[in-house]
Amino acid sequence: MSEQPPIDYIERTQKQYEALGYPSYQWVYNDTAIALAPLKKPISEAKLSLIASGGIYTRGQVAFHYKDDLSYREINVFGPAADLRASHFAYDLAPVRKDPNVVFPVEPLKQLVASGFLGALAEHAYTFMGGIYSARKVKDVLAPALAARLLADQPDVVLLVPA
Amino acid sequence: MGLIAREIEALGIPTLCLSSAYSITRSVRPPRASFVDFPLGHTSGRPHALDEQVAMMAEALDGFADITQSGGIKTLPYEWLTDHSWKDTVMQPAALNAAEGDSDFRLPRFDTPQYQSQADAEVADASCPTCVFLA
Repeated sequence: MSEQPPIDYIERTQKQYEALGYPSYQWVYNDTAIALAPLKKPISEAKLSLIASGGIYTRGQVAFHYKDDLSYREINVFGPAADLRASHFAYDLAPVRKDPNVVFPVEPLKQLVASGFLGALAEHAYTFMGGIYSARKVKDVLAPALAARLLADQPDVVLLVPA
Repeated sequence: MGLIAREIEALGIPTLCLSSAYSITRSVRPPRASFVDFPLGHTSGRPHALDEQVAMMAEALDGFADITQSGGIKTLPYEWLTDHSWKDTVMQPAALNAAEGDSDFRLPRFDTPQYQSQADAEVADASCPTCVFLA
């Protein structure tokens, strides 16, 4: 078959857990929508902050561990690209280690700033390692901490990139 | 990631989540999302394909203006391969441990830092001022 719909990762995770004899994983389901915050300026004038969950860290930083790591890293997006690293338990790391832009799109975003499509890229990106088992801990601990940190940077928009 | 986007959006800053997992994004319901049907680990493009990455990011960022309903998901018009059979073996129990087509990349859940290389471990600053450890 040539064309197929997107993979249903929720269904496949459930089947995988079942095959391993684990209890079913409760994926987050939100039946309420969050009201959209208004864009205060066009993207061509907006400062964008980047958040990524692919386990990106830089040389010199402590790497992530694989057991529900709730920590995050501040990364200077204007630092050397050659110092970017990736560590994660749940996806194939070969591509990201060849080119971090596959889940941490700093270089394409810089190009969009250079061409005038995007206003500016915030100096600090924030990274963590997704695949955190407890959605409650993400919601109650990591999300408020990252949001508070971001507010201090005063971006106009935020781009979030999972792996 | 959607949970974090919801938290930030609720504080008044517009967010956009990229995604390569449609069902998860639909379930978590971030305020705005841009979906690309690529294998996990390529949410913002293929390695060393900068022109395509730039085009993808531009189309994704258009979502800030295009998405007018919270929970909206904009699908980008990219195909990983014209043949979609790469999807057949992803996280399929029957394919696990198979000599070929095994695409379960999960590693054991170590609770110590997992460096990309031993050299990284040696230069890591344990007091790391740019690392934030939450309890």
